[in-house]
Amino acid sequence: MTATTVEAPPAPPAPARSQRLRDPAFWADWAALVGLIGLTIVFQALNSTFLSYGNVQSILVAAAILIILSIGQTFTIATGGIDLSVASVMTFAACAFGWAFTQGWALPLCMVLAVVTGLVFGAVNGALIAKGRIPDFVVTLGSLSAASGLALILADGKPTTVISPFLLKFSTRGIGLFGWTFLLAVVIAVITHVVLFNTRFGTHVLAAGGSPEAATATGISTARIKIAVYTVSGVLAGLSGILLVARIGASSPAADTTMTLNTVAAVVLGGVSLLGGRATIVGPVLGALVLTVLVNGLTLVGVSQFYQPLAVGIVVVLAALLMRFQK
Amino acid sequence: MTATTVTHDLVSVENVSLSFGSVRALRDVSLTLQPGEITALVGDNGAGKSTLVRCLSGIHRPDDGTVRFDGQPAHFSTPEDARNAGIETVHQNLALVEDLTVWQNLFLNREIVHGFGPLAILDKRAMKREAQRMVSTLAVNVPSVTSTVRRLSGGQRQAVSICRAAGFSSKLVIMDEPTAALGVQETERVEKLITKLREDGHAVLLISHNFAQVMRLADHVWVMRAGRCVAGRRIAQTTGEEIVALITGAQQS
Ligand SMILES: Nc1ncnc2c1ncn2[C@@H]1O[C@H](COP(=O)(O)OP(=O)(O)O)[C@@H](O)[C@H]1O
Ligand SMILES: [Mg+2]
Repeated sequence: MTATTVEAPPAPPAPARSQRLRDPAFWADWAALVGLIGLTIVFQALNSTFLSYGNVQSILVAAAILIILSIGQTFTIATGGIDLSVASVMTFAACAFGWAFTQGWALPLCMVLAVVTGLVFGAVNGALIAKGRIPDFVVTLGSLSAASGLALILADGKPTTVISPFLLKFSTRGIGLFGWTFLLAVVIAVITHVVLFNTRFGTHVLAAGGSPEAATATGISTARIKIAVYTVSGVLAGLSGILLVARIGASSPAADTTMTLNTVAAVVLGGVSLLGGRATIVGPVLGALVLTVLVNGLTLVGVSQFYQPLAVGIVVVLAALLMRFQK
Repeated sequence: MTATTVTHDLVSVENVSLSFGSVRALRDVSLTLQPGEITALVGDNGAGKSTLVRCLSGIHRPDDGTVRFDGQPAHFSTPEDARNAGIETVHQNLALVEDLTVWQNLFLNREIVHGFGPLAILDKRAMKREAQRMVSTLAVNVPSVTSTVRRLSGGQRQAVSICRAAGFSSKLVIMDEPTAALGVQETERVEKLITKLREDGHAVLLISHNFAQVMRLADHVWVMRAGRCVAGRRIAQTTGEEIVALITGAQQS
């Protein structure tokens, strides 16, 4: 192996820790973690119940859906795209669940229907983007509207109560500090992390996002990758639909407009490049936790709900500013 | 032409035409490449060299005409097909993914995995080890196979591209202006790599604007002008001046 190093310039020495801490790129890479620790310190100082067992437990449960949706979003953003339809598809999947439930379908079938609904929406998004050559933004903006509309039509504009002991346990119980829904989110995060970094598919996602020409030249089908990532996002949105039904004990066609933006915010906070080609799973998961902690903490210290979107906006813009220093 | 073509052609392009809308990028192009030789392709900017290369590497499909590879008609509909047949290309715009590491780029779409199907897991250790070996047999100056391509110089990137093209038992390595963006020293190293490819038995199709380089490295040269292949010469039987005259059209063929 010495032959390779003969002509090589000496590798730059690893910078000392103090020097690294002064480097804005270091902070940009770890923005979400820094934000999480910072917010925790601030909220704990303002209200000592913030880190109580019960509150931490409820933060983690509240974060589950955002974490799962943000993971799906990460895949689309890693290819340089964006899925604006995640929250609407989740809502539609929840309504499909509610509809099947009132039709008397067995619970597992209702769940399958919700996931399949998400899958179909995602696959159609991906196919229109890849084969129809329509920009990601436009296609998913269209399906945002289509999915919300379908949810309203299917549910006839009204929420459907879903009474299921299983779903109730699923959303309220867990192992110690960790609710089942949060644990599910963690399992999904672990699986998708392995997929992104330890499979050919994951490498091809990053390649297609980083340089579509280079990926194509090596024989990677960027169209197939696009379809796959939107399908992943759709499946996770469908799954989130189930969690949504479990959490509120009903399926409601009411659109959740901030959720999609929060997934993008979580991904950006997580240090994932909106240009594609660079992504992690840990980052967006931490990003989703930051946003959840922010909302929980503001509520806890008694800040009016009206300030929450503003606070989220400020945090995201700050994170985006920090990203400019990324290597 | 002297009658020395007893051995079969590695590549023969026969009457290939390709248009992009109203732009006729290739018009009735015919040429051949011999195994084990460095063949140069020269011509002005816009002459159609890169377009011809993309036809050989499966990115474009000719509107008309045929391409034979190793005696067989080649219908490459994707770059994957061309790579599977044994044609590797070093594209003009350096087809590397900047945010991936050297080893990831070397094995892009040729990954080594454990297991089968969708559950296959990347064998990173094997790929890093093999990448190290690929890089070292070419004595390429690359700091580490685990560094990202973004951190490499132009010459190092070109070396990685060539390394990738030379691996995977390719029969033909196509290089589209591999030294255009390089400094003098880097150019010299890349030229060494090109001659090494020939020594190792690869045929090379070299696109270059550097006539001295063409005269130094190539065995044969084809000249393109405005979408046509206007002349072919053995390097031993031509001069740099003649090639220039053919490119500009001062000499017709
Ligand atoms: N993808 C494309 N779409 C439209 N026109 C193209 C495309 N690729 C090449 N051309 C045109 O084809 C001609 C030949 O280009 P090219 O093969 O790149 O020339 P060269 O590599 O010899 O400089 C040029 O006029 C160029 O503008
Ligand atoms: Mg060119």
